[in-house]
Amino acid sequence: MTIRDPSELPGGMACPACMVSPSAELLARHAARARESRIMLSLPGIREAGDISRVERGLAAVAGVQQARVNLTQKRATVTGLPDLVPDTLIHALTGLGIEAHEMDAEVAALTRTDRAGRELLMRLGVAGFAAMNVMLLSISVWSGADDATRDLFHWISAAITFPAIAFAGQPFYRSAWAALRRGRLNMDVPITLAILLAVATSLWETMLSGHHAYFDAALMLTFFLLAGRYLDHRTRAIARSAAEELAALEVPRAIRRTATGGEETVPLSAVSVGDEIVVRPGGRMPVDGVVSEGASELDRSLLTGETLPAQALPGMQVSAGEVNLTGPLIVRATAVGPDSALHALTDLVAIAESGRANYHSLADKAAKLYAPGVHILSALSFAGWYIGTGDLRTAVNIAAAVLIITCPCALGLAVPAVTTAASGRLFRKGLLIKSGTALERLSAIDTVIFDKTGTLTSGTPTLRGAEGVPDDLLVLAAAMGQGSAHPLARALVAAAAGRGGDCPAVEGLREVPGYGVEGRIGGEIVRLGRPDWVGAAADSDAGLSTCLRVGQNAPHTFEFTDRLRPGAAAAVAGLRAQGLEVRLISGDAPASVAAVAAQVGITQWQARATPQDKAAAVTEARDAGRMVLMVGDGLNDTAALAAAHVSISPASALDAARVASDVVLLGQDLSVLPEARAVAQQATRRIRENFRIATVYNIVAVPLAVAGLATPLIAALAMSASSITVSLNALRVAGRKAPRRAGPERGAPSAAILSEAR
Amino acid sequence: MDVLRFLIPVSIGLGGVGLLAFFWTLRSNQYDDPDGDSRRILTDDYEDTPKADQADTPPPRGDE
Repeated sequence: MTIRDPSELPGGMACPACMVSPSAELLARHAARARESRIMLSLPGIREAGDISRVERGLAAVAGVQQARVNLTQKRATVTGLPDLVPDTLIHALTGLGIEAHEMDAEVAALTRTDRAGRELLMRLGVAGFAAMNVMLLSISVWSGADDATRDLFHWISAAITFPAIAFAGQPFYRSAWAALRRGRLNMDVPITLAILLAVATSLWETMLSGHHAYFDAALMLTFFLLAGRYLDHRTRAIARSAAEELAALEVPRAIRRTATGGEETVPLSAVSVGDEIVVRPGGRMPVDGVVSEGASELDRSLLTGETLPAQALPGMQVSAGEVNLTGPLIVRATAVGPDSALHALTDLVAIAESGRANYHSLADKAAKLYAPGVHILSALSFAGWYIGTGDLRTAVNIAAAVLIITCPCALGLAVPAVTTAASGRLFRKGLLIKSGTALERLSAIDTVIFDKTGTLTSGTPTLRGAEGVPDDLLVLAAAMGQGSAHPLARALVAAAAGRGGDCPAVEGLREVPGYGVEGRIGGEIVRLGRPDWVGAAADSDAGLSTCLRVGQNAPHTFEFTDRLRPGAAAAVAGLRAQGLEVRLISGDAPASVAAVAAQVGITQWQARATPQDKAAAVTEARDAGRMVLMVGDGLNDTAALAAAHVSISPASALDAARVASDVVLLGQDLSVLPEARAVAQQATRRIRENFRIATVYNIVAVPLAVAGLATPLIAALAMSASSITVSLNALRVAGRKAPRRAGPERGAPSAAILSEAR
Repeated sequence: MDVLRFLIPVSIGLGGVGLLAFFWTLRSNQYDDPDGDSRRILTDDYEDTPKADQADTPPPRGDE
């Protein structure tokens, strides 16, 4: 991207093309300016107050940045600056500070920032809490002996507070219950709504007859606790959803298009149409499917196929969106854009695979299925029993209402969201993003783990295999040849040669032959480093990642490479095996490299050269054999398998299709959190079950009292709040201890330390 | 019991003030970054650019 002088921008008339078609050009520019002046970065690694200042200072030091603000809760930074500010500069600046950063789509992020539904729920929660407190004060005086006119007055005031509050705060339940009833179904919200309405109605009736018992406080408390559960649930989901949407935008939605005049312009991907010529620079990712019309290069298609060996790209060749251009610039004529491109072609496969998972029933669903009809039947029976027994409609209705209130799934409504919130929060601090509400339950049930290789177990950066065995002279020569290249294999050679001494004749006339390798001359002899077939060596397709060096007519030397393991890969595999899980590796790569990685991390069951269909089939087969599979993968070739698996995890570097298909996204680099994630998931599921049991125990104690007509509003209030609080406290045990404030000397919050020392 | 005539409206009124204050915190985005806010208060940095209510219209930087 060219750095333009900002002064020429406001006019928007600086380039000749603008003169030709001013309005369209201006519009495009305007859009580009509005988009580029606001950049959002995802910062998965930040934890401390010190990180906030480091990031904000580091970003502010970058030229063109006007304002940088870190949000520690969401682990992201918003940067506003001049229109020509490029995210890469910021990411580079942060990487220099040792902070991992990814770009996010500011437009999507801005959409999710104003979380309307969450705010609305919080407002209802506030109203319910306020009303509940006031009514509770009045109720306490009634319970402690206020009688006659005072009691009636207090009941009337309670009614006056309760009616508007309940009408406003309870709306989510009424709407959901109505929607369920209209479809002829019962959900958790039907008994809730019924209990609230019945409680308010009978209480009003009792108040009018100056009766002793009114359940206004119970109705409000019920609403309050249930809204609290609903809000927690919403917040967990909203955080995961917004972060996932922003991650989806990690595929930076821009393309460099050739204009009619031969110039270049950066346009949003949505503006690219079929037939456009797109410039893809070395290191850039193909934004569209297309045919190479000019240039020669090599392509890294590991995200799509799992192959680590770069493929050659020459004019006339098909390329797919998602492939990375390595050595030379390419001009690609777009043949399919957006949803038509190969990136989206596997959607059908994914849809089929997903149907297998759709019939998963969460623990909460199962509980609701048992619970909702049971409550109604119990309440109806006690009404019928008392009506037949006493013939008194008022007593019968009162008792039916008491039964409904006491059994109301107050604690049940909190049981799942409280645990999920606590567990997701704990895992988020570890760098894991839980996207799906039931992912934790499913994760706890797994017995088999299937890993993808390229980009998942490995970081996708090759290293020289058996570097010690290579003669110094040869290695230094190869490194000198590869010095100027951006090709990953050349970089690996340079890295391997660092610190090695050796005699190396000067290489003259060094030039990169895009798509093939590097060529130079020593004396009169041609030296080539590059693809085996180009150098003149016999190509061995099973050899995996390799490059050849040949001096003149001497025998070529082949360098072999392995993909470097992601940090924590071996620890993750070992940890999962220690938990008694079966770990497998399925890759689309050549057998040699798959075997090498499998040996390194300690996986005995592996399969190479697997197509996307093979991967999905392997998962389905395991599922049909009664196994619960966790799939960990990042490529498009893993997408179907990710969707078919019982639960799936993908790293943040994965293609968006893969991330969409998976339930959990790994935000950091380190894989070693996987065993802990499973441990937390198991603990969370245990707590959810415990919570159900606790709620049931309270019901078993309180329901007979209610049915027997002994339940007073005081007992109802006690049972309800006691069970809700027990359940919430139990859930908090999952959250674990917060990370120690001063985790390490360099991570510690300096000012916090100073504060404590000053005391 | 005549005192109730004042006490009840006063207590509900005070509660209402609290409720309004809560609405205000909601509307001014004070729950966007609870973690960050709790730590920023401990840093010694002087903030040139405290968070704007509307992130779309940031205030200009102080030193420019």
